[in-house]
Amino acid sequence: MPKTLFDKVWDAHVVTEVPGGNQVLYIDRHLIHEVTSPQAFNGLRKRNIPLLRKDRIVATADHNVPTKDQDKPIQDPLGRKQVAMLTQNCAEYGVELYGLGHPYQGIVHVIGPELGITRPGITMVCGDSHTSTHGAFGAVAFGIGTSQVEQVMATQCLLLTKPKTMRINVDGDLQAGVTAKDIILYVISILGTGGGTGYFVEYAGSAIRALSMEGRMTICNMSIEMGARGGLIAPDQTTFDYMKDREFAPKGEKWDEAVAYWKTLPTEEGATFDSEYHFKAEEITPMVTYGTNPGMGMGVGESIPEHSSLHGDAGLAKAMKYMGLQKGIKLEGMPIDYVFIGSCTNSRIEDLRAVAKLVDGKRIAASVTGIVVPGSQQVTKQAKLEGLDVVLRNAGFEFRDAGCSACLGMNEDKVPAGKYCVSTSNRNFEGRQGPGARTILASPLTAAAAALTGRVTDVRELV
Amino acid sequence: MTPFKKLTSSAVPLPIEDVDTDQIIPARFLKAITREGFGENLFRDWRYNKDGSPKADFVLNNPTYQGQILVAGANFGCGSSREHAAWAIGDYGFRVVVSSYFADIFRGNALNNGILPLVVTPAVLNEIFETIERDPAARFTVDLEAEEFTNEATGTVTSFEIDPYKKTCLINGYDDIDYLLSQREKIDAFEAARVDFSLA
Repeated sequence: MPKTLFDKVWDAHVVTEVPGGNQVLYIDRHLIHEVTSPQAFNGLRKRNIPLLRKDRIVATADHNVPTKDQDKPIQDPLGRKQVAMLTQNCAEYGVELYGLGHPYQGIVHVIGPELGITRPGITMVCGDSHTSTHGAFGAVAFGIGTSQVEQVMATQCLLLTKPKTMRINVDGDLQAGVTAKDIILYVISILGTGGGTGYFVEYAGSAIRALSMEGRMTICNMSIEMGARGGLIAPDQTTFDYMKDREFAPKGEKWDEAVAYWKTLPTEEGATFDSEYHFKAEEITPMVTYGTNPGMGMGVGESIPEHSSLHGDAGLAKAMKYMGLQKGIKLEGMPIDYVFIGSCTNSRIEDLRAVAKLVDGKRIAASVTGIVVPGSQQVTKQAKLEGLDVVLRNAGFEFRDAGCSACLGMNEDKVPAGKYCVSTSNRNFEGRQGPGARTILASPLTAAAAALTGRVTDVRELV
Repeated sequence: MTPFKKLTSSAVPLPIEDVDTDQIIPARFLKAITREGFGENLFRDWRYNKDGSPKADFVLNNPTYQGQILVAGANFGCGSSREHAAWAIGDYGFRVVVSSYFADIFRGNALNNGILPLVVTPAVLNEIFETIERDPAARFTVDLEAEEFTNEATGTVTSFEIDPYKKTCLINGYDDIDYLLSQREKIDAFEAARVDFSLA
């Protein structure tokens, strides 16, 4: 029977079946960070269990690192303690740590791919829901809770029920100014935040194939926002070209062997999915969200719906109250206060290049606070090499140090209550960017356009 | 993990859909390094004003509604993988969350912490909300062994499904690590038999 990419990777990692339908799944790679790991290390210690495979774990500090003065001690005592705890745990258990000050430090989902740790055909987990990002390489990658972090540390395995499969096909050509972020916001606006619950999603079709690896990562990153366990995309020449010669990617003969294997992974003709959707790339316009979950999105020129079958009218009304908006109005032209460019969704070098290109030689609106936060030290380094930092600063943006930053505001980077922020991050939940903050999710291009005009803007008018 | 078998309690209604983990426990409270103490910040921004005073209109601040069962709208626990959300719910004193569906990661996190995520149909969920609206003291019985949920006020008995393995874990207070550790020989054999493309 023809097999899907997901089935091939999953099935190759099943250690044993458990009576009743669960499976023991072997985990190849485990990424950890300071927020969801301390209790797992404590658990190991309490039970006196050793860490089974320390060479399969990579650690970094990202969620609450400051984006200014990273060479100085973290000011927030709780954040400082959490990062110190990670350092201490990694030293005690012999785990590779890319902590603050290390040239590889950065957002866990940015460093995995850029260092060549993320690969096709592997299983990968992290105590963070956006682990789905790594699926862009054809890996089965998903977020887990801290108890599961502890399980993987102890046994390199997880006990799981195999998810159902869904395929989302996006065919055709994107309009100029429309990006991977718009594709995924569009898909979630139609399927809803629970539309993928119980599924692993494969993205396919010519518009997906045409995306760069960074665009594919943006798509897979937000799979969790429709409730999916994870997303993945078949590896192809784009994947191999991106990975070649990365720091930890296989080299020489090992590279050739690996590529030969990776080429066997794509979904076979005739393989069936439990659910399937088709979308046309031409119909997608730049997207913005108007509500308090990522499914509340619309084309930038559209009006907020009067009724919502997807979220319920009560849910829509609650969101409007929080956002200070009214049903039926257009967001286009509305003044905004903040622009945040960053997060594991859109803080890669390609995102920074796109923003820099749009704002080069221009000034962002005086009414807007614009912050650019690279996803990793490597992205920062590359941006500086290309002079993007200068372009962005000259345009009026603050160019900060790497970290999760204002995506979830665990550090100082918060959006004040009541202020509107056009954000390239992944969540517009109530209080996500700080208590009372009002988030409008958008692509880096749309965010850059909003920074320039000080209003929600259709970027197609500027490109 | 504290074993869970059977519980009779009144319930706290939260008829909101898509309750995300950022509402259950906002990110700024994730800086702890232990699993304890999250209950005081459960639903922090819905529950308290900026000055720390309780918001009178939030259900957890209304003494009329009490109990160890939380009843919530569809897609409860969406968003982040933070297990702190389950810890906060457990620490506050809930043992059961009833909804018409749960986000995957949250459901797993709840089960791993001795909290039963109990799935009912949208119609049954509505009936529960209506019952609580009529009588906030209405009692419900969750019988995990029998896989039955009883609305004591109406006498309606609804059967629910749960993964048999997870059921055994909840009833006995086991977690997955014990089971996985018992599979060590198979894990070693799996590692030895495969061609591994994940490490250089």
